[in-house]
Amino acid sequence: MRNTISTQSLFELSSPGRRAARFPENDLPDVALDSLIPAKTLAATPPQLPELAEGDVVRHFVNLSTKNMCVDTHFYPLGSCTMKYNPKRHERLARLHGIGDLHPYQRPENSQGMLEMLFELQEMLGEIAGLPAVSLQPAAGAQGEFAALLTAAAYFRDRGEKRTKVLFPSSAHGTNPASAAIAGFECVQLNRSKSGFVDLDELRANVDGSTAVFMITNPNTLGLFERQIAEIAQIVHDVGGLVYIDGANMNAILGITRPGDFGGDMMHYNVHKTFTGPHGAGGPGAGPIAVRSFLADYLPGPIVTKDAAGSFQLSTPAKSVGRVRTFFGNVGILMRGYFYLRTLGAQGLRDVSEHALLNANYLKARLKDVLPVPNGEHCMHEFVASAKSLKDQRGITALDLCKRLLDYGFHAPTVYFPLVVPEALMIEPTETESKETLDAFVDALKKIVTEDSDLLHAAPHTTPVRRPDEVSAAKNPILKWSACTKD
Amino acid sequence: MAYLYSNPEQQQEMLRAIGVPSMSTLLQQVPDELQLKRPLDLPRPLQELELEQHVKRLAGRNRADRVCFLGGGAYDHYVPAVVDEVTGRGEFYTAYTPYQPEASQGSLQAFFEFQSLICALTGMDVSNASLYEGGTAVSEAVFMTMRVTGRHGKVAISEAIHPEYRQIIETYLRDHGTEIVSLPIQDGKTDVSAAAGLVDDQCSCVVFQHPNVFGCLEDTSELSELAHKHGSMSVVSFDPISLGLLQRPADYGADIAVAEGQSLGIPLQYGGPYLGILACRQEFVRKMPGRLITQTTDRDGRVCYALGLQTREQHIRRDKATSNICTNQGLLALRATVYLSLLGPQGIREAAELSLRKAHYAAQQLCQIPGIELMFSTPFFKEFTLKVTGRSVSSVIEAAAQTGFDIGPELSRFPKIPSVAQDGILLAVTESRTRDEIDGLVAALTE
Repeated sequence: MRNTISTQSLFELSSPGRRAARFPENDLPDVALDSLIPAKTLAATPPQLPELAEGDVVRHFVNLSTKNMCVDTHFYPLGSCTMKYNPKRHERLARLHGIGDLHPYQRPENSQGMLEMLFELQEMLGEIAGLPAVSLQPAAGAQGEFAALLTAAAYFRDRGEKRTKVLFPSSAHGTNPASAAIAGFECVQLNRSKSGFVDLDELRANVDGSTAVFMITNPNTLGLFERQIAEIAQIVHDVGGLVYIDGANMNAILGITRPGDFGGDMMHYNVHKTFTGPHGAGGPGAGPIAVRSFLADYLPGPIVTKDAAGSFQLSTPAKSVGRVRTFFGNVGILMRGYFYLRTLGAQGLRDVSEHALLNANYLKARLKDVLPVPNGEHCMHEFVASAKSLKDQRGITALDLCKRLLDYGFHAPTVYFPLVVPEALMIEPTETESKETLDAFVDALKKIVTEDSDLLHAAPHTTPVRRPDEVSAAKNPILKWSACTKD
Repeated sequence: MAYLYSNPEQQQEMLRAIGVPSMSTLLQQVPDELQLKRPLDLPRPLQELELEQHVKRLAGRNRADRVCFLGGGAYDHYVPAVVDEVTGRGEFYTAYTPYQPEASQGSLQAFFEFQSLICALTGMDVSNASLYEGGTAVSEAVFMTMRVTGRHGKVAISEAIHPEYRQIIETYLRDHGTEIVSLPIQDGKTDVSAAAGLVDDQCSCVVFQHPNVFGCLEDTSELSELAHKHGSMSVVSFDPISLGLLQRPADYGADIAVAEGQSLGIPLQYGGPYLGILACRQEFVRKMPGRLITQTTDRDGRVCYALGLQTREQHIRRDKATSNICTNQGLLALRATVYLSLLGPQGIREAAELSLRKAHYAAQQLCQIPGIELMFSTPFFKEFTLKVTGRSVSSVIEAAAQTGFDIGPELSRFPKIPSVAQDGILLAVTESRTRDEIDGLVAALTE
């Protein structure tokens, strides 16, 4: 049933003279182009793009789309990514006239509806975080981290403090150290862990007057709530440092606890995760940051403010670190977050997190005989199981299980992260899955572990391709189509 | 409750399987003293119908109804219906980063095609799979030139790049102690002879925009030559539509070509999400930021696609990564891929040529009005800068708006550009504008 002709490369489908988009005839007097701009600025030939009919283009991309797994078609328990259902109403509303077609330089007096929604979103994100000052600028979580670290740097500089170090546990997302480095900080990784939690002694031994920020994900990347977070924050605050909460796992704690209440000074949200962005096959995201009031003056801008007359303005905080991107922000994604929060309200958000916990713990309990979870009695919204014993006994790896799950119609969990768990499978079911789906996933995994190990090493068997050779691809990468690379 | 499944009986069953009496046992993972003891203070929930009514009411307070001559880095180019239809498929927009290549060949091939199309468009050897947007793409390119050249102390940036791009570069470089050398403007473009006295062997790059923030064309070859004379890299921020007509970045010696890709089928949506494009010469590929998709073969020898050269990236290299970017702009890269597939070589040429012709017609007609003239005599592409005398810029904007036209942004909306008066106003004209609309604008501004 698969159409393999239309999924050839666009360049192979190309046929000279074929056209899709055409524009109206020029309705102006015909004048020579080189009377408008110098001939030397013109290219000799048009760019060598493929030539296709509209039907070619549609069939090509629609057939390509069928080679994807996605939330709309499959259970997608990719840990740390919060692959929840993406409400269709958001898609319609984001495209509305006045929203989807609003120019970023439309003047504020002509954008009051947009600014009102963005202002309200700032307020809601501040309340959910317990950190009242919000900037919606950052384009994704990693840029949120970066923006918040710059905010911290500006704050310390203003106080005349020279603080050079950013600390984080070894289980941190890779973006934490990468963002710290780009923000100009020295990175210090804490390597000890007590049952998956930060080792307070190690933290104490590493903080001092040079500590700017301690970055921590809570719940952490093992899906466990750092119960000592208040002490952790105290240790960092005692030396004058700030605590940054990586908000990747906010789906676990909405309305249950707040970063600002457990000692965080700054955080980012991943709107595409927690507030159902959607993920767009790898973005766009949105990574707004929320900070304590004493950091508000340093936030990147513009932000939306409301004046005494009740009208909304764009303004840049007094001592702002500046811009981190052009225009206001990833408004299309921020709007979807706004629609989501207005749909759910306070109780709805709390229900989200409770059901995320319920689903994760149910799955964890049902899988415990097959895939034990080394750390924690219960988990928050996700858990990290280990295939170590399967590997030791039968040579079956976490990757084998992932690939075989695809055959059973389930997207794979996140694999081999965090590094602190051997043969890690990070499983996040999210709240938008039924018990029936979770049971089917358990049944599949239970069946898979009884299968012949060679069958698993060779999996997947039903997907369009299996186990691409990533090693030779790294040595001699083919990064664009050319006539000599076609099959 | 919206989007949830389990009923109370099922919840009890699930709690029993977990081995806890109630939800509160699970919640006790959060120490009691840290738990929020009140409901969040949020507006009441809205059903779908109410939400739509609410949002429509607010959307109605945004003026997107007037004929758009707004520019400044975001443009009202036409978006064919196929772009919306194809990218509106859940198979694309509800998937994530293709970590499992077997389950993501659709996205992976599309992104590989994106890279291929960007190379065809720019003449560059290699393109990544997208960055956030045009401004951060320039910053990422600047960092990249430092990695390639080993020169971390100094960068040379034209004053005629988008002032917000410059602000972003300043933000990104602030805590690195890197000096930013500003290359001054003469008659709306970078002053190459003045620049020659400012660029030296310590600069990692010369950065310019073509067409620049005023819409004017730069002396691209001269600026690239100046960079290369000092062992620096030539970085250009280009307008993708302009490449239907104008020389490609590779033609004039650019080492890195970056762009805001919004013009390629992406709606305006108040500034984002848009698309950052970054392409470069082959020799720099391992210093590139962001994701790259490679073509490879699978176990059965079939051609397929996978994430490539990941050892540059944050999830492996951590603080030594070439960038901190993780989630990029996949869906927007897909929009650009579909858009360029639809236009082809002739379509992009038509879009470019119509934009150019209409912009020049508009400029010519507007300049017939007493008190309105071009601020610069340098050739421009689809956007130009007007200078108004005898009345204020805001009164001109207001006069246009009253009759149903949006023009701008005025230069005073940007941070001050040295040596350029702030009383200028930008106007952009795309293929979407008709002669009647242009004539209507001219009439509106004729006193």
